Amino acid sequence: MSKARSRVIAGGAGPAAEAARLTAFPRETTKLGTFARLLEDERVLGSLLLLPTVVLLGLFIAYPFVKGVWLSLTSATVGNSGEFVGFGNYVKIWNDSIFQRAAANTFVYTGVATVGKLALGMWLALLLNRHFRGKRLVRASMLLPFIVPTVLSTFAWKWMFDPTFSVLNWSLYHLGLIQTRIGWLTDPTMALGSVILVNIWRGMPFYAITLLAGLQTVNPELHEAAAIDGATGWQRFWRITWPLLLPVTMVVTLFSVIQTFADFQLVYVLTGGGPANATHLFATYAYQIGINTGLLGEGAAVSLAMFPMLFLIVVIQLWYIRRVEGA
Amino acid sequence: MDRMNRRKFIAVSGSAAVAGLGIEGILAARRAPAYAQGTKLHLLRWNDFVPAADEVLAKQMPEASKALGAEVTLERINANDLQARITAAISSGSGPDIIHVLKNWPHLYEKSLVDVSDVAEPLGKAQGGFYPAMTELCKVASAWRAVPHAIVGGQIAYRKSLFEEVGAKEFPKTWQQYREVGKKLKTKGYPIGQTAGHTFGDAPVFWYSFMWAFGGKEVEKDGKTVALNSKETLESVKFAVAFWKEACDEGGLAWDDSNNNRAFLSGTISATINGASIYVESLRNKEKYKTEKGALMHTDILHAPNPAGPAGVYHLHAPFSHAVMGYSKNQKLAKDFLRWLHGKEQFEQWFVAQKGFSVGSTTDWEKHKMWEIDPVMLPYRTAARAFRLYGYAGPPGRAASEVESKYIITDMYAKAIQGMKPEDSLHWAESELKKIYA
Repeated sequence: MSKARSRVIAGGAGPAAEAARLTAFPRETTKLGTFARLLEDERVLGSLLLLPTVVLLGLFIAYPFVKGVWLSLTSATVGNSGEFVGFGNYVKIWNDSIFQRAAANTFVYTGVATVGKLALGMWLALLLNRHFRGKRLVRASMLLPFIVPTVLSTFAWKWMFDPTFSVLNWSLYHLGLIQTRIGWLTDPTMALGSVILVNIWRGMPFYAITLLAGLQTVNPELHEAAAIDGATGWQRFWRITWPLLLPVTMVVTLFSVIQTFADFQLVYVLTGGGPANATHLFATYAYQIGINTGLLGEGAAVSLAMFPMLFLIVVIQLWYIRRVEGA
Repeated sequence: MDRMNRRKFIAVSGSAAVAGLGIEGILAARRAPAYAQGTKLHLLRWNDFVPAADEVLAKQMPEASKALGAEVTLERINANDLQARITAAISSGSGPDIIHVLKNWPHLYEKSLVDVSDVAEPLGKAQGGFYPAMTELCKVASAWRAVPHAIVGGQIAYRKSLFEEVGAKEFPKTWQQYREVGKKLKTKGYPIGQTAGHTFGDAPVFWYSFMWAFGGKEVEKDGKTVALNSKETLESVKFAVAFWKEACDEGGLAWDDSNNNRAFLSGTISATINGASIYVESLRNKEKYKTEKGALMHTDILHAPNPAGPAGVYHLHAPFSHAVMGYSKNQKLAKDFLRWLHGKEQFEQWFVAQKGFSVGSTTDWEKHKMWEIDPVMLPYRTAARAFRLYGYAGPPGRAASEVESKYIITDMYAKAIQGMKPEDSLHWAESELKKIYA
């Protein structure tokens, strides 16, 4: 940048001096000057800096979302753009017993898995926050379920739940705890319980490591002071740890609920939604309708049926986080 | 093997096309088609259960490339992933030029597939005619949307020694007999193994055939009037509940397409409906699989068609075809390639490598001398004659596809097996079908 230009920026020369400067520069430099002057406007500069993000969000989030909404309002099938049918697809899935089952399953799956992951994740975080030998190794190995690709780990679970060769059943039988096989994936209730169990196993480290990070920001002096005042372990957790961890807990729960609600891989690999739709979730049913049957419009409607619920959850949680932060 | 040159390529594909329909110009000119330099043809297929057959295909690709003057590439993926690839390819308008299509997909993707009547019809005529089911699957309205390639037949693989031990010298002829034999086998600790889960192959193959044997059907011939709720279907559901409890491995509710193979080869079940993959695997690793008495497992395996129900014997097999995609810029090249690949000379190499796991889509292949090699595979030879399709008695169209992909027929039985009243599970399935066929 020329010295003259630097002076303009730094000194804020008057209009007359600016006019004189512009006439003194060659044509190209004048153009550059105009552009540079535009950048001096914070609104323009801000918009330009935001542009890459807006383009990325638009391309990869807004466009697919809007396209999905549009598809759900049409009779589109694979290779056929279809016609506008309004809320016809939504009405159809509303009366679809498999969709109703998938919706109920999704709520149970998300609710139970989230509570399980939070409780066990918190417990694990509290344990790992203590000092013991090999702490770093344990912390690192704890992340394994989260690091291993879901499809691979789910296949391992599938073998463990195998109706014929289940290592779990074999172990329980040889320990004398069961007399007949447990139908981990054959009984409708057990099957849903089994996929929830795997989800908890996979998601718990995410809770634990995030809550552990939060725990380490809690000032130990607070605990010491409370202990001196005679507070029990539970009282210290409930009165000190929990309130201080709440914002972190809310954020991690927010992410987890969204991921769990939209889960696909786990159920797809483990049960394919069976037996008799006992484990179908929104995402697996949307895939079945959209890809296997080619009904893209209806599949998009099943998929978007998740949106109002997720939106509500996000709004409530964000509102709560802001309230906690503002307090 | 002789080297394939352009002239021979055309001669072979031309003979397959009988009168040379569609390539008569090329034949007359005695020149290979002129394709632009660097032209590529992309073929997408499933990972075959018979690796030796995939090896044959892999060897054929360079030969085709040389003869066509275009680079032909073969990509193989899991069969379960094919539909996701097809959906993405059609939606984006780019992808493989030829895709291996299963089931009734030519109906599902009709508008995105090229009319290949000029390839399919001469091929069919030259090879004794396609089985009616293959014609019904690939010919949508008046146009062929895919060229039938092969059929993976489903037959019941059973343990000869175990059946003999319970007094069955030959495989039961009726479902009632099968149930009685199965009851004895289950008591001995060797139940019949069948899936009632959500798995794309064995579940519909078994339960549709079962329903048809009792006289049940989804819909009337008009393809609109739902006909599921009949005394025949109800009888089949009631029978299935008893059959399952008395004769089957009850873990089958959660089985996928590979569970029955593992269970059979490890000796925990005595029979299951399947392609010939169990037998093929037992031959491939003879020492690995043995019976409880130490005999080689493959020596104790036999195959039989489904037992007969009150309405007869029917099978839902697994059909495979090749479709030229509408977005392909190399449609003519793709058709020339299919004429060559499906022609007798090339198909024979692949067919022989299959050893009966896949049968031809035309009747001539029943006469092939390959069938003389292994009598255990003989029941597959004519398996395609009893081939019935999804959506029977209506056409195998989109609604039939929706019923099948939602596992409604399978789940009608699964729900009853799980304890729902047979009348209620039938009523549930009927109401789902009515929504779909509405």
